[in-house]
Amino acid sequence: MQRPKNWLPGLLMVLPSIILVGIFVYYLIAQNIWTSLNVATRRVVVGGKFEERSIHEGGYRNYTELLGSADYQHALWNLLVLTVVFVVGTMIMGLLWSILLEKGVRGEGVFRSIYLFPMAVSFIAAGVVWRWLLSPAKGEGAAIGLNQLFVKLGLDGLQSSWWSADSRWNMAAMALPAIWQLSGYIMALFLAGFRGIGEDQREAARIDGASEWQVYRHVLFPQLSPIALSALIIVGHMSMKMFDLIYAIAGPNSYTASVPATLMWTQLFAQRDPVAAAVNATIILVIVAVVVVPYLWYTNRTERERG
Amino acid sequence: MAADTSTIEHHGAPGTRSAGWAKVLRVALLVLFAALVLMPMYVLVVTSLKSTVTPSGAWSLPTDLSFDGWVSAFERLAPALVRTVVMAVVSAVLATILGAMNGFVFARWQFPGAQTVFTLFLFGMFIPYQAVMIPLQSMMIDVQSVFPWFEGIVVLIAVHTIFGIPICTLIFRNYYATAVPKEILEAATVDGAGMWRIFRSVVIPVSAPAAVVTLIWQFTSAWNDFLFALFLTNRNNGPVTYALNELAGGQNPDYAQIMAGVLIASLPTLLVYIVLGKYFIGGLMSGSVK
Repeated sequence: MQRPKNWLPGLLMVLPSIILVGIFVYYLIAQNIWTSLNVATRRVVVGGKFEERSIHEGGYRNYTELLGSADYQHALWNLLVLTVVFVVGTMIMGLLWSILLEKGVRGEGVFRSIYLFPMAVSFIAAGVVWRWLLSPAKGEGAAIGLNQLFVKLGLDGLQSSWWSADSRWNMAAMALPAIWQLSGYIMALFLAGFRGIGEDQREAARIDGASEWQVYRHVLFPQLSPIALSALIIVGHMSMKMFDLIYAIAGPNSYTASVPATLMWTQLFAQRDPVAAAVNATIILVIVAVVVVPYLWYTNRTERERG
Repeated sequence: MAADTSTIEHHGAPGTRSAGWAKVLRVALLVLFAALVLMPMYVLVVTSLKSTVTPSGAWSLPTDLSFDGWVSAFERLAPALVRTVVMAVVSAVLATILGAMNGFVFARWQFPGAQTVFTLFLFGMFIPYQAVMIPLQSMMIDVQSVFPWFEGIVVLIAVHTIFGIPICTLIFRNYYATAVPKEILEAATVDGAGMWRIFRSVVIPVSAPAAVVTLIWQFTSAWNDFLFALFLTNRNNGPVTYALNELAGGQNPDYAQIMAGVLIASLPTLLVYIVLGKYFIGGLMSGSVK
């Protein structure tokens, strides 16, 4: 290592950020975990008198309690459905669009911009219009939004209650606006990947007698797998903390559309239970970390191998 | 990530190889998907221009153009719009400055343990903000009790700057790793220049490409944020996402106003995206680890 005289200015230059990130990321996470382990009581009126009643026993039992509650399991199931549909949907659309565009067509820039523009819109703004599009009312005269469009087009059978449906799979509909927003981003990632592969490689495969499909399958797709992995992680972790879109479409305290992130809001403000909210938040962090930490470790390693 | 902006443009001759029908099919699919993506936009624009919105005619074009929705939505959103412009610009500039300083150190002036610190920064980029929200909220209330001016937009500037540090650091680090050759630094060191002088006179002058990316990225993410706004501000001092949610929520029957409000609240980021689209994609690429 160099002498401190050489590296000290570098450390000083990063120091403000180290302090800020240290406090606002790591200290606050620690504090949140601390809150989640607390004992909590609530004053209740019993027979005309106030009584302190325990609502959280503290320690790990706060976690087993939340994990065991029906509300939380419902939210977790919703999150699973949302995440699977969202991730699979954006990956398919993104890959499809990039394949359609990668060889270059006239007006490519226009298509690219159209596919990508929803990304520039906030979830709150998108949520307002999608709330209308995904209105559950059905039938001639009553239907609005997409259902109304289906009726007008004579496709009555396609009408749906969307996310309001009384179904275990209702959150698949909530993934639609999310897919609308993020597919263009995934397209851009894949498109850059396709364009990074030299034309000579395709040429060589074609000379060897490979069909167009085989060129994709054996030459191009394998080289896109690192990009596919990043795309998967990006969309996956966005889904796990998704809040704005659901809040805007289903309202702040919807049970039907609840996921852990929106349930946390309900716990904190509707139920006035910061301990349960902190437990919930910590579990969201753990779920995201389980996905992201191995990924960071993996990219860090491949980066070092590349030198 | 490995992807860089320049590779997104196509270099070969366009579609010379594909057969005629395949080309037609491809364009037909592209047009179909474009129509699907634009559908919500159609609803927004059409509804915002109607004088009266009847539920049955929601998908049809307006019979008479009316800008009443736009005017009334603008009047309601204007104060929040001003606050959001200030907030998004200031936090983008601050995060970019900090990101440039950190990125330079992590790329070219490492101290012992720098790699570990950098990884810890990166994790800060991925954390769900829910995991810090409860203590953050009480911390901000504590600070407010001492400094009453620390509320609304000021809080959001601080928060967006701090949580923008990781991504800006990453973007600048990756950029400097290729844009500032080690040899130049060594030559400058031999000439007796200290770190601060090298940063000022060698590194900053070549920083524009990365700065554009971080400025756009930070501006759009601060502009579009709702979570921090909801937890840390209120209707009197919050940003435009907060105001839009108020406008669209509840029982507001004025659909023209609501839809115009959505468009107004989205215009700045859409404009940034249309005018600086190339760099925006660059931002998305470098943010691909985010």
